[in-house]
Amino acid sequence: MHTLSLAAMRTALDGGEFSSVELCQHFIDRIKQQNEQLNAFVCTTEEQALRDAREADQKRASGDISGALHGLPIAHKDIFCTDGVTTTCGSRMLQDFVPPYNATVVEKLKAAGAICLGKTNMDEFAMGSSNENSYFGAVRNPWDNNRVPGGSSGGSAAAVAGRLVPACTGTDTGGSIRQPAAFCGITGLKPTYGRVSRYGMIAFASSLDQGGPMATTAEDCALLLNEMAGFDERDSTSIERDKDDYVSSLGNSVKGIKVGLPRQYFDAGLDASIEAGLQQAIKELEKLGVEFIEIDLANQHLSVPAYYIVAPAECSSNLARFDGVRYGHRCDNPQDLEDLYKRSRAEGFGREVKRRILVGTYALSAGYYDAYYLKAQKIRSLISQDFSQAFEQVDFILGPTTPSPAFKIGEKTGDPVEMYLNDIFTIPANLAGLPGISVPCGEVQSDGASLPVGMQLIGNYFDEARLLNIAHQYQKVTDWHTRIPA
Amino acid sequence: MADETDGTVGNDIVEQVAHLARIQIDPDSVANYAAEMSGVLQLAAQMDEVDTSSVEPMAHPTHAVQRLREDVVTETDRRDAFQRIAPSTENGYYLVPPVIE
Repeated sequence: MHTLSLAAMRTALDGGEFSSVELCQHFIDRIKQQNEQLNAFVCTTEEQALRDAREADQKRASGDISGALHGLPIAHKDIFCTDGVTTTCGSRMLQDFVPPYNATVVEKLKAAGAICLGKTNMDEFAMGSSNENSYFGAVRNPWDNNRVPGGSSGGSAAAVAGRLVPACTGTDTGGSIRQPAAFCGITGLKPTYGRVSRYGMIAFASSLDQGGPMATTAEDCALLLNEMAGFDERDSTSIERDKDDYVSSLGNSVKGIKVGLPRQYFDAGLDASIEAGLQQAIKELEKLGVEFIEIDLANQHLSVPAYYIVAPAECSSNLARFDGVRYGHRCDNPQDLEDLYKRSRAEGFGREVKRRILVGTYALSAGYYDAYYLKAQKIRSLISQDFSQAFEQVDFILGPTTPSPAFKIGEKTGDPVEMYLNDIFTIPANLAGLPGISVPCGEVQSDGASLPVGMQLIGNYFDEARLLNIAHQYQKVTDWHTRIPA
Repeated sequence: MADETDGTVGNDIVEQVAHLARIQIDPDSVANYAAEMSGVLQLAAQMDEVDTSSVEPMAHPTHAVQRLREDVVTETDRRDAFQRIAPSTENGYYLVPPVIE
């Protein structure tokens, strides 16, 4: 049952092959068996899920279908607020935080009939590329338990890859959907900035944050995005534009589609195993009639430096709300108000979060603003212009999602800058606000383990439907997305 | 703070910034933070290789402008629900240590 895609489960539910209760119970059992090892979930909502599944089965029996995801199990990254269910954001600060409302994404997926099995682990406040920054412990990669699943949506990626749940929500500020999707061999889409509502999604860097779907296939991502996307008046950055139907265009031909290969992505620095996976994917896509041309993205190498100013600056401002007064952790016996603030924040935040707040506070402080934040925003313009020029020639841009396959737990925790360089291929799309998808395109053997390789396709603004279309067509002629860790 | 961006941060800067950010830093870890912040700022210094004097900073990826809404009440009063999750409240107020002696 757990090897089916969400779309196939839907067909099976419709055909009466199994019930929603049986389906949810099967995944709950898998979570119970495997989560101790993977640490992909920080909490499960078993009782509520089974109640919802029973109700879904009853409704189905009477011909009352809530929506496209009726009775299908999913899980939410623990950054999305869930009414009455603890939402930790991977932090001690919010260890006991029970939101009094649902995020719009949670509300919409629920309205479509999806059943939430629990909340997935993540890097604290979504800051990290390895899921080693969670207050609730590192998540392990199902392909090799000594390796990281990527981050920050590492719990979601590991849960889907291990078939503990068929699909999850994720968020992507600098690659946090696509990078773990690549490391775990699943499909993950970061939509255009503003496409999916950020209401109730705990803020990290507001000019970059975007929620999106993570699943085994592009088709499942399309099913989820159909429900997640759309204008939301409660999010001031939500785009007032109708969503597309991401499912109906999946079957379109990709013949004649032009895809750019950035010279800068295929230079000498790229891991040979990743390059081999990409070259094979290019050949498969050529067989489908896709045309490739070389392009230039001249300022890409400045994206990591610009990002690691913009993101910390915005995080220092967003995380100022955690003051130990209204909600979240408060220190014991505060001597005065300043002591309350300082010790509550010192105890509530982990090391990476504190470092980013400090860097951001510094970059925004008087005398440094022009040199750092303003400079970074100008670099963003240059990176965005590079993309605009490229999209005059091509429909999509293809490259690696990550510079290497999943690395070992503890391998890169010593030096923050080395960790940051993992985001080199994913950050540019965030800085420009463009949609990007990571799709499994190969496997590499390393120390006796089989590790997935991901390719990334970046599209123009609001081109999610065509991105999912090309990814789906690729998955129809390849089987990397069907491989399951041993 | 001085207007210098040589990319190195001393212990004094860490302490000053930590105060601005209202985060207590253990004295033993100040030097570590200084080294790590310096590393990040040295990474950022790579941006200096490009002349951006004639480049407009990005304000919004898709050039959207702030949307205005009707001046009508949209939210209901949920004070009790919001205060239930606060560390300390009394009579509808959030409690903190005395601010004025």
